Amino acid sequence: MRRPAPAAIPRARQGGDQAAGEGSGAVISLRGAELSYGTRVVWQGLDLDVRPGEFLAVLGPNGSGKTSFVRALLGRQPLSAGTLTVLGGPAREAGRHLGYVPQQAELSAQALIRARDLVRFGIDGHRFGLRPRSGAVRRRVDEILASVGASAYADVPLGMLSGGERQRVRIGQALATDPRILLCDEPLLSLDLNHQRAVTELVDARRRSHGTSVVFVTHEINPVLGLVDRVLYLAPGGHRIGAPEEVLTSQSLSELYGTRVDVLRVQGRVVVVGAPDGPASPPHHTHETAHQAVPQTEEVRP
Amino acid sequence: MTLAEGVWHQIFSFENYGELLALVRNSLVVGAALGLVGGLAGVFVIMRDLPFAVHGISELSFAGASAALLLGTNIVAGSIVGSLLAAGAIGLLGARARDRNSAIGILMPFGLGLGVLFLALYKGRAANKFGLLTGQIVAVDTPQMTWLLGTSALVLIALAVIWRPLTFASADPDVAAARGVPVRGLSFAFMIVLGLTVALSVQVVGALLVLTLVVTPAAAAARVTASPVLLPLLSVAFAVLSIEGGILLALGSSIPISPYVTTISFTVYGLCRLAGAYRTRRWGDRRTVPRPA
Repeated sequence: MRRPAPAAIPRARQGGDQAAGEGSGAVISLRGAELSYGTRVVWQGLDLDVRPGEFLAVLGPNGSGKTSFVRALLGRQPLSAGTLTVLGGPAREAGRHLGYVPQQAELSAQALIRARDLVRFGIDGHRFGLRPRSGAVRRRVDEILASVGASAYADVPLGMLSGGERQRVRIGQALATDPRILLCDEPLLSLDLNHQRAVTELVDARRRSHGTSVVFVTHEINPVLGLVDRVLYLAPGGHRIGAPEEVLTSQSLSELYGTRVDVLRVQGRVVVVGAPDGPASPPHHTHETAHQAVPQTEEVRP
Repeated sequence: MTLAEGVWHQIFSFENYGELLALVRNSLVVGAALGLVGGLAGVFVIMRDLPFAVHGISELSFAGASAALLLGTNIVAGSIVGSLLAAGAIGLLGARARDRNSAIGILMPFGLGLGVLFLALYKGRAANKFGLLTGQIVAVDTPQMTWLLGTSALVLIALAVIWRPLTFASADPDVAAARGVPVRGLSFAFMIVLGLTVALSVQVVGALLVLTLVVTPAAAAARVTASPVLLPLLSVAFAVLSIEGGILLALGSSIPISPYVTTISFTVYGLCRLAGAYRTRRWGDRRTVPRPA
């Protein structure tokens, strides 16, 4: 049963005027980008333009530089070579227009922060000085929580929420500034199938209603396979950029890994066999999906 | 008089209470300021998981104060210098929690050792020595009070300015950094604020028991609320209650102030834990109710 897509974030910019200001129309632009630590090259020769409203999935095994890619887009990791522009300028100046959903991690203060506080951080958490409590900010927080379906637990501390609930709140926080780019780092990790679907639907609804570009770093392509425009596949032997059906093939992945890799398509799902720590291999939390009502095909572990 | 009565009389005595009260007027004023500052700083100590750092800073603060006692200079100033050195070192050495704890573990015994050395060399009143470790009440004279109140005001202003980004950076450092909040700078700034707060607390409850003012009240408040407004308010209320209650109870007795302060503080924490257990159950029940899809 698919739940209806939630309402779009209200009072936000409408799609259409996104590309104004940038000559190329790309919100993220990489040219000859390289990242290396000492002599170890993580990725190099990366040329990529992310268009407004595009859904880009970033795949790759552990250690292939997915996290470094995220950090570079956030302006927290300088490139070793090449250029990166975000919204026509340096990445570190794009902060306000870039909604960031970080990898799920235990927060030391999660017993002290309620769902609504996390969303509020997204609005004015970075401002110095004291400000009187504002009804407008409070209403905006309520609107955002409602739009991601998190109103029921707005006043519950984060530590008492489930992973799926916390992820809804995270997406609300990322959307609080009405961003033009949504950068999600493994947002589906340790979520069961229903919550995976709910989270991807939230992200996609935002993309459709506002033309927000989505950069979606993930271990598992299947939950977003139907939404993805292009894939950036990072691997130790290089990278591939293209539509999923071009990149996720036996030939292209075998080249990337330098070993025989088979890509199978079963009931609309992609199964990668033979890749060391491939992105379509079942995640470690497979047992969590066992009790779901949705029938699921068993994937082949390499 | 039985032994029990004798002990009781030693702990609780209210003879000539009115005259004694006039003597500690300064202490009561300083105590209120301290409760305010300690209660507020404590909120971030809990959020940033820094209780061990508080303890480490207080040992260095003790070393600074005992050096000042030996040299015959201002004890509050000595205590502040010790605190700031420790807080700065911890802030610089330990950005990550693991490094930080090692840095504190190394600094702490060194500070305590220095303090013991200075006290051993000091030939003055023994009560002065003991007071630095376990607290004293009547010791606040007018020049000291100026120092203490001035430092409190400085801490309050600093906290007011950095409150919001510091909350963001403490609770959600990854996203805060992505939004351009100077996470490392704020972390260092807070260590300095914490150093000043600890130096103030050392003057009243002593170096060994600073945690009772800077950690326990905030931890107690965190048990009963997660509201960003109520949490600091309750924390301050608990800290002020502990310290003023401690001063008033300790007044007639021959026992140092700290056991009174720590007992009140601990009792408040215990009560909050009980109340918090009820609160958790209430939210736990929420989950058994099916949520609308």
